[in-house]
Amino acid sequence: MEMSVRKRKRMRWALSKLITALFFRKKAVKIGIYGPPNAGKTTLANRIIHTFVDNNEDMGVATEIPHETRRVIKREGVLIDLRRRIMNSNRDRNRDRDRDRDYDPRPRGSRAKLMLDVVDTPGLATKIDFRDFMAYGLEEDEAKRRAKEATEGVIEAIKWLDDIDGVILLMDSTEDPYTQTNVVIIGNMEARGIPIIIAANKIDLPDATPQRIKNAFPQHRVVPVSALKGDNMEELYEEMAKVFR
Amino acid sequence: MKKWQRSSGEEEGEGKVKGSEASTGIEMNVVSRDKVESMGSMEKLRFILDGVKSGNIVVLEGGLTAEEQMKLIELTMLEVDESFTGIEISGYPAKRGLLNLRRKTRLTIIGPAAKMKTIRKDKDLISAIISTT
Ligand SMILES: Nc1nc2c(ncn2[C@@H]2O[C@H](COP(=O)(O)OP(=O)(O)OP(=O)(O)O)[C@@H](O)[C@H]2O)c(=O)[nH]1
Ligand SMILES: [Mg+2]
Repeated sequence: MEMSVRKRKRMRWALSKLITALFFRKKAVKIGIYGPPNAGKTTLANRIIHTFVDNNEDMGVATEIPHETRRVIKREGVLIDLRRRIMNSNRDRNRDRDRDRDYDPRPRGSRAKLMLDVVDTPGLATKIDFRDFMAYGLEEDEAKRRAKEATEGVIEAIKWLDDIDGVILLMDSTEDPYTQTNVVIIGNMEARGIPIIIAANKIDLPDATPQRIKNAFPQHRVVPVSALKGDNMEELYEEMAKVFR
Repeated sequence: MKKWQRSSGEEEGEGKVKGSEASTGIEMNVVSRDKVESMGSMEKLRFILDGVKSGNIVVLEGGLTAEEQMKLIELTMLEVDESFTGIEISGYPAKRGLLNLRRKTRLTIIGPAAKMKTIRKDKDLISAIISTT
């Protein structure tokens, strides 16, 4: 039974690849979601897939334990269609926040479309201590295994930078943004001339201060979002369509 | 943060060379710009990592480029294990401008994550706590 579901998924996947291959001759833009552990990278990747591909498809698992993602995951052929998104994100809106989140459907023609390969990466870190995972209730053996995999994940994420066309650098707005890891990612992207968008995540939390991120990186465009709640995603998608094409 | 406090006491005796200094203090290597520039990239990173792994704080005048720092993180991850939990790295950001194409930092300080913790960092000031216990 599970097989047939998988088979159907593969069929649909192949079909969608064929269609995209027919209509989009241009190579998809490979976008890496980078950032420190726990920033919400996988949550953001999942939201992008839910909005533009399939509400039931997940790219990866998001948890509150750091280094949850320890292998790079790529999802090919994600069509960011700003007009289609209007319909999809309306579903999210039923949650009705006090803020006015109505979208202005400006006619954008073909500019509103962008074909992406979305790459979710393990969080970058300069230190990994298995004891930290035990504080989350993991057994020692499991914590040690996780730490080992996490170090490999960091290396894999760094290696992937060579194959990336653009970066969404995701930060947690409740944390100090001015870390050396963030500075190093930005410095590397600048040196390689790879476009970068900083997304200040978790703005739904009361102690979020996205302004602090803007202050720390004044030369970059910073888009405040909540990947979890879907707040302000429109602005991020528009910025992506602008910067990554 | 928790990690740093917890593990700082346990790893002191680990370095073969530095073992005797564990209770008396922390060795600091301050490397001049001339020396930094005379070393090749890999040589520099190896020098830093060897120093940090034996428990020292390494300060580089002139600092490392963003690419070198990324490479350093990569090398560090290859060597992280139960006793060496990684590095803490901090630097003044590069000055932007046409004449600074390589975007070197002006100074970089690197230490063992188990001993060093940056508490504040901005354009011209780095505050770090080095634990000696
Ligand atoms: N409040 C709030 N929580 C969020 C948001 N985005 C992610 N989270 C939570 O933050 C935690 C980490 O999310 P992940 O998506 O796993 O983070 P990650 O960056 O992929 O983490 P690693 O894979 O470990 O590097 C989870 O508990 C998420 O539910 C957000 O916008 N708001
Ligand atoms: Mg993840």
